[in-house]
Amino acid sequence: MSTTRTILICSGKGGVGKTTTTANLGIALARLGARTVVLDADFGLRNLDLLLGLENRIVFTAQEVLAETCRLEQALVKHKQEPNLALLPAGNPRMLEWLTPKDMKAIVSLLEEQFDYVLIDCPAGIEDGFKNAAAAAREAVVVTTPEVAAVRDADRVIGLLNTQGVTPVQLVLNRVRPKMMSNQEMLSVDDVTDILALPLLGLVFEDEQVIVSTNRGEPLTLGESGSPAARAYNNIARRLQGEDIPLMDPSEARKGFRARVRQLMQTRLF
Amino acid sequence: MTVKDFIDKLLGRQTASASTAKQRLQLVLAHDRSDLNPELLAQMRREILEVVARYVEIDIEEGDVSLETEDRMTALVANLPIRRSIQQSPNGGTL
Repeated sequence: MSTTRTILICSGKGGVGKTTTTANLGIALARLGARTVVLDADFGLRNLDLLLGLENRIVFTAQEVLAETCRLEQALVKHKQEPNLALLPAGNPRMLEWLTPKDMKAIVSLLEEQFDYVLIDCPAGIEDGFKNAAAAAREAVVVTTPEVAAVRDADRVIGLLNTQGVTPVQLVLNRVRPKMMSNQEMLSVDDVTDILALPLLGLVFEDEQVIVSTNRGEPLTLGESGSPAARAYNNIARRLQGEDIPLMDPSEARKGFRARVRQLMQTRLF
Repeated sequence: MTVKDFIDKLLGRQTASASTAKQRLQLVLAHDRSDLNPELLAQMRREILEVVARYVEIDIEEGDVSLETEDRMTALVANLPIRRSIQQSPNGGTL
């Protein structure tokens, strides 16, 4: 019985931060000493390589491994600064017909032999791409933002994961803007967890450094940067490892008199 | 309703958008999860009222059939105030 944690990172809606989350969690887990592989299941529009700065080092993909034209070791792209992390693209963008749930299970079971974590970066949508990516997942992290469209799409994905028996399914609430939340111009953390009824694995505040790190191809968790998003992703990795780390409080991000007034304004009357 | 919503209302301002977002989401998710569109729900509501009206006299204006969700469980909730029961069998004969 494998003790590998095979986790699908999904969202339904595109652009909410699945790939950023996968890249940062992958690095953070590797830095904690876990042998980690990130599998880019979004092979039509793959971008995980770009976020990890590994775009020039891909030679083979899972496709060639399954076709036995190369060994798994040849297809795995090791991260230079963080050798505990490897990237495996599921396929080549030009071969759109490839990848069935059976292929996905085959490649994941090969990875489970040598890694502690297999993180699967899921494509957006709930069609075949999602179903293939989800086929081998044991647990899932649903990434969403406090916006109506993202929450609605996350709900659809959660429904599908429940019918597939994927468990546990946990939530990462991304791109939280504490100021807007305290002004009640953004869904609150409780609003989102109430609606989706999922345990919260982490909160990530909106952080410009994410864009800077993407430009460089160096995930935030790679450095010692104390930026809010870097701390959030490191905390999420530790929680996955079983550590009990308190969640950030968006209202704590804005202390002082004004924050207290805002808190008063949020008090429920009825 | 929060203190801010209340003050906004007093001043005639729009209420904070987060509560609007939550309400809209709850409604749309109840429909998404049950796979019922508003039209089908309206039709079901009419038919349920028709059936109930055969047995008891109900206040159609006050009656409400809606979907509610809590913890990912969706329930069809009917709230139909009864004026009085009709002491007749549904096929027309007196009981």
